[in-house]
Amino acid sequence: MKFTWFNLMPWPYLPDDFREKNRSVWVDIDQRLFDPEKSHEVYNTYMDLLEYADTLGFDGVGVNEHHQNGYGIMPSPNIIAAGLARRTQNAAIVVLGNSIALYNPPVRVAEEFAMLDCISGGRLVAGFPVGTSMDTNYCYGQIPALTREKYAEAHDLIIRAWTERDPFAFNGRYNKLRHVNIWPRPIQQPHPPIHIPGGGSVETYDFCIDNTYSYSYLSFSGYIRAKALMQGYWDRVAERNAPDASPYRAGFAQTILVAETDEEAERLYSEHVNYFYNRCLHVYPGFADAPGYRTIKTIQTGALSQYAPPRGAYGELTWKDLIEGGHIIAGSPETVRQRMEDLIKGLNVGNIFCLMHVGNMPADKCMYSSKLFAEKVMPKLRNVLPECEGDGRFWCKPLPKRATAGTLPQPYSPERVAEAV
Amino acid sequence: MMTLKTAKTRHADVRYLEGGAGEPLVFLHGAGGVTPDDPLLAELAMTHHVFAPYLPGYGETEDCPELRDMLDYTLLGWDLVKAFGLTNPILVGHSMGGMIAAEMAAIAPNDVSRLALIAPAGLWLEDHPLPDMFTLMPYEMPAYLFHDAEAGSKLMTSGLDMDDPKFLQNYLIRNARQMGMAGKLLFPIPERGLAQRLYRIQANTVIVWGASDKLIPPIYGPAFESGIAGARLISVPEAGHMVTLEKPGVVAEAIAGLG
Repeated sequence: MKFTWFNLMPWPYLPDDFREKNRSVWVDIDQRLFDPEKSHEVYNTYMDLLEYADTLGFDGVGVNEHHQNGYGIMPSPNIIAAGLARRTQNAAIVVLGNSIALYNPPVRVAEEFAMLDCISGGRLVAGFPVGTSMDTNYCYGQIPALTREKYAEAHDLIIRAWTERDPFAFNGRYNKLRHVNIWPRPIQQPHPPIHIPGGGSVETYDFCIDNTYSYSYLSFSGYIRAKALMQGYWDRVAERNAPDASPYRAGFAQTILVAETDEEAERLYSEHVNYFYNRCLHVYPGFADAPGYRTIKTIQTGALSQYAPPRGAYGELTWKDLIEGGHIIAGSPETVRQRMEDLIKGLNVGNIFCLMHVGNMPADKCMYSSKLFAEKVMPKLRNVLPECEGDGRFWCKPLPKRATAGTLPQPYSPERVAEAV
Repeated sequence: MMTLKTAKTRHADVRYLEGGAGEPLVFLHGAGGVTPDDPLLAELAMTHHVFAPYLPGYGETEDCPELRDMLDYTLLGWDLVKAFGLTNPILVGHSMGGMIAAEMAAIAPNDVSRLALIAPAGLWLEDHPLPDMFTLMPYEMPAYLFHDAEAGSKLMTSGLDMDDPKFLQNYLIRNARQMGMAGKLLFPIPERGLAQRLYRIQANTVIVWGASDKLIPPIYGPAFESGIAGARLISVPEAGHMVTLEKPGVVAEAIAGLG
């Protein structure tokens, strides 16, 4: 199993009446709700928490890309990842990911990911999302019906840039480059492992299966509602005669909150969960799916947007509802262990993106929950799927001996040289 | 009475409505599409031989991934004129169709001598940004499209069975096909450089605008008028963006004025 500690980086100061006074947390969120001075503290705390997760023994620390978004103040995950590459020792740097259709030209992603891989000593796990409609279409202006074609071209360009050893010309429809020759290139060969976040489109299933990429379902609605979608993926894996159904072919994001007891979990965390579901997920439905963004084939399968709130909207869900519906997994270590085992076996997923920071959760509670998970839950989940241990195709392969940040020698000094002679 | 036929072009088999008798006239629909019982087509067919193609993704015309941008659709327009066997037809376009018709007239000014642009898209005035039609919820549409939103709402939903469990999925599919195509020309800003090509239009041009158009406000009328030499602007009172549905007689009359 691979457990990645994930922080969406929500803005923690959305007002109590945010939902009533604003139509959306995303795309056209009120500029005035962001306070740059407060963000100094927020960013540094969030990065500290990611570093803390490394010390707890999580397999990875995860960052992602959103734009104009009150629950994800990380338009450039690579900036955060660069900090983590320096300040963490062992965890994989899971960038999930860069919306490759948005980079012009996309060799920028090939270059920055290569830099991250080199700085971290081969610890990069690379994610290539198509990007949500909010980010890709409404914020970054990509034409919905052309987004997937542009994405596919960006992918081909990046893979070639990573794997070819001589300069080449790339005559794409969206990118015309006479001299592709990235410098640096990644440590990991032939390239860092690739995870593809998806929301249920058949094309994405096939893309992952055909390229041996891991399919990640990043939902906020939890493992119970995800069953149909993940089953669709595994059915497709079988249909296309993939050589195996290794659970590492899939990843899943789950909100997890641990305390000493179930009651304590509710007492400590319910306000932060409430903040997340009621304020952070308050997205204007007109931004959810630009027409043309999803293929007709996907709409026909009935896989509706992960952002479609459950009947009656999130606002009406109680703590109990959220637990029973599997939106969140919360409680004592034993409760969480049982639920996590259901999740892992039920979805057959080897990569777990643990959403351990929720809404406006303060650092101390987040550390408490993360530590309990790392010490009392994670070890018991390591062997839930023993048959697949050793499948390294979907995880990073770091250098055995890596540089340690901040270990410069003494500055050159003529006196010392003289003494040595 | 309109008949459904197929025109073969290089990239797409385009289904189109044909009816009436008289001078040939090609009608290009807007982002909302067109139906066989469209009242403007009925008016026009009384005096003209009308050809109304369903653009790719609309009606029974399949999507066409090969057509991606303004030039592709402009040339599709001319390929259709050829496939219909026409020379110098009257060119009429509404909204997105008006944008395509204007581009057609600009790219081949010697091939079109009569042009009617009905609330055309294609220009962007900094001081008058258009609403983002791609974020509108279905229930918000009528207020933007019609002078009389309530009556318009009934027009939009007539014949639809919203209690049908398949309704939502069918709606999403139709919307994805139609507005997905429209997005190629209109998303995120419905402007693809037409302003710098308008001067090329030589056709006798009439521009028709609903006085209460809230999707593309009437202020855009003078912008087109001043860009096309000799163009005439007609404002239609008590009509919104769907002036074609709300005042089809007035629109037909304006087109008849082209000769």
